[in-house]
Amino acid sequence: MYRYDSYDQSIVDARVEEFRDQVQRRLTGALTEDQFKPLRLMNGLYLQLHAYMLRVAIPYGTLSGKQMRKLGEIANKYDKGYGHFTTRQNLQYNWIKLADAPDILAELATVEMHAIQTSGNCIRNISSDQYAGVSADEVADPRPWAELLRQWSTFHPEFTYLPRKFKIAVIASDDDRSAMRLHDIGLKLVSKDGVIGAEVYAGGGMGRTPMVAPQIRDFVAEDEIISYLEACLRVYNRYGRRDNKYKARIKILVHEIGVDEYRRQVEEEFAHMKQLGLNPPTEELDRIRPFFANPAYETGLSEEIDRADPAFALWVDRQVVAHKQPGYAIVNISLKPLSGIPGDASADQIVLVADLAEQYSLDELRVTHAQNLVLPHVKKADLYAIWQKLDEAGLAEANLNLITDIIACPGLDYCALANARSIPLAQKIAQRFADTERQAELGELKLKISGCINACGHHHAGHIGILGVDRKGVENFQLLLGGSGAEDASLGQITGPGFSEDGVVDAIEKVTDIYLAQREGGERFLDTYRRIGMKPFKEAIYG
Amino acid sequence: MADFLSFRDGDAAQEPAVTVEAFTGQSNATAVRIEPGEDARDLLPHLDRLSLVEVNFPAYGDGRGYSAARILRESGYAGELRAVGDVLVDQIVAMRRCGFDSFHPAKPLDDAAVERALNRYDDVYQKTIDGRQPVWAKRHPEKIYG
Repeated sequence: MYRYDSYDQSIVDARVEEFRDQVQRRLTGALTEDQFKPLRLMNGLYLQLHAYMLRVAIPYGTLSGKQMRKLGEIANKYDKGYGHFTTRQNLQYNWIKLADAPDILAELATVEMHAIQTSGNCIRNISSDQYAGVSADEVADPRPWAELLRQWSTFHPEFTYLPRKFKIAVIASDDDRSAMRLHDIGLKLVSKDGVIGAEVYAGGGMGRTPMVAPQIRDFVAEDEIISYLEACLRVYNRYGRRDNKYKARIKILVHEIGVDEYRRQVEEEFAHMKQLGLNPPTEELDRIRPFFANPAYETGLSEEIDRADPAFALWVDRQVVAHKQPGYAIVNISLKPLSGIPGDASADQIVLVADLAEQYSLDELRVTHAQNLVLPHVKKADLYAIWQKLDEAGLAEANLNLITDIIACPGLDYCALANARSIPLAQKIAQRFADTERQAELGELKLKISGCINACGHHHAGHIGILGVDRKGVENFQLLLGGSGAEDASLGQITGPGFSEDGVVDAIEKVTDIYLAQREGGERFLDTYRRIGMKPFKEAIYG
Repeated sequence: MADFLSFRDGDAAQEPAVTVEAFTGQSNATAVRIEPGEDARDLLPHLDRLSLVEVNFPAYGDGRGYSAARILRESGYAGELRAVGDVLVDQIVAMRRCGFDSFHPAKPLDDAAVERALNRYDDVYQKTIDGRQPVWAKRHPEKIYG
């Protein structure tokens, strides 16, 4: 875990006081809402349908037990006792009073957390792989790079008023668990001649015009990554469209001028910028790296898991994945109970997970882009005790990557932009497919729901995606098939005319029936779809 | 309230700034104004005869002027670099970091608020052309930075 030094702490503390001053000016009327809006948006404070929403950054999805407990305490003290984990590994409070926001930030600062740049047209929180540091297949831990980028992007003077928001992901494994190529810039760490550097992808994204990012460079060394990213951002800042906010993301620029031309411009700018001494010395990354070094694992541990309890065994098979260290396991905690709100956790649940992290996971936990939590360093011998505690707290759902492990945006229940309600639909789908054996039979099936075209629920990247739209004042749901946010990234295709809420649940059932009838060997739903195409599914739905 | 701020020694340039098009088409002007969307690099062949570059911000949210300023400074421009238009107190620090050394905001700024903003942050994470040492340089004083 990274720890702030006095420089990091003083910058975050100064931000709290700056925001307190801005809120004070708003409350006394010295600032109008119009003048205040850009200031609060730089700090993750949105005015939603019913109240203010505050988005707290969880850099690259890693946090300690103490930080998690603080998130739970804030949920109790300032919200209605809930927090909502987002697809960018952040946490949102949906019921915040403006006057409380500075105090919340001050509390966050005591545990080295902040809400800096969790909104606004700037570089947002850096996201990464929830298994960073514990999966056996990575070339290096991506988090030191992500922390380097967090610092570089914090209050970047040139890139604070970009054409539009800017999201960066860093991964280091062939299995992409972060939807890296659906980010404005994606970095994949690779090793070349024994040197670690990054492949760079640019111009991915979802929203109205979904794009899978093309590669713009096959290697940038660590001592040039900052100047290379400055070049990428400068070309975007200067030439990204500003006439239409729906065409302002970097994906549109890359698409309109073409990836070769964008790459050429970046290289030209990079040739200039790398002369300017913008890169921290390699000693800085060397300073950050030990914070993410392996914790003190015990050796000689048992690999045995007592599977006598069938409910526990089911959970182990679904939620627990291999750890690089013998005797340890990675535990995925589902935030997708069948009748719950995807990504929501109560204050009590948040505090419980904080306790579990401290007691059983070497004081560390992760947030995933699929809105679940991870205990990354668990002794196999402790799994049963953890499961019992999770079960008592309603956190032992065994549905990782199954059809009920749904990503959903907050939708019309909370969001001022939404056209349709995502949460009730997610609950209906979960109920329809509640049967454990049926879910297991369907296997890996990533279902993602967005309540409007902005695609916060990643519907383009769902094996099955659902987009809620408003059709003449009535909620209507379009169905998409064949998307993926993983290493085999692709965009879903719309099946045809949309459905009512119940109608789309029926249509999903027909789609899964076709899959079960047509699949060959060990095909996942996505594999079968890619082999047989849209037609059989379409016939079943509309025929 | 201040409707003009300067961080330069000596008097501010008084000559009215001409457009980039007018400037590159004639030889005697010494002040020019860049609009968003105009390429600051068009001025690079003429830096030696410029004493004032104004960068216009018609709306504070259009950040192209930050890149324009930094490009000019990175290319050695040492004359007055003035932000004009929708320049707000909350942008002054970033603008200073990008090389602006004078400000002519459309709406006057509260002097005390500007003072508070300029002194708010003791440290910065990035190296720009403003000469401030980034945090990473302070963390590794054994390295020498030019």
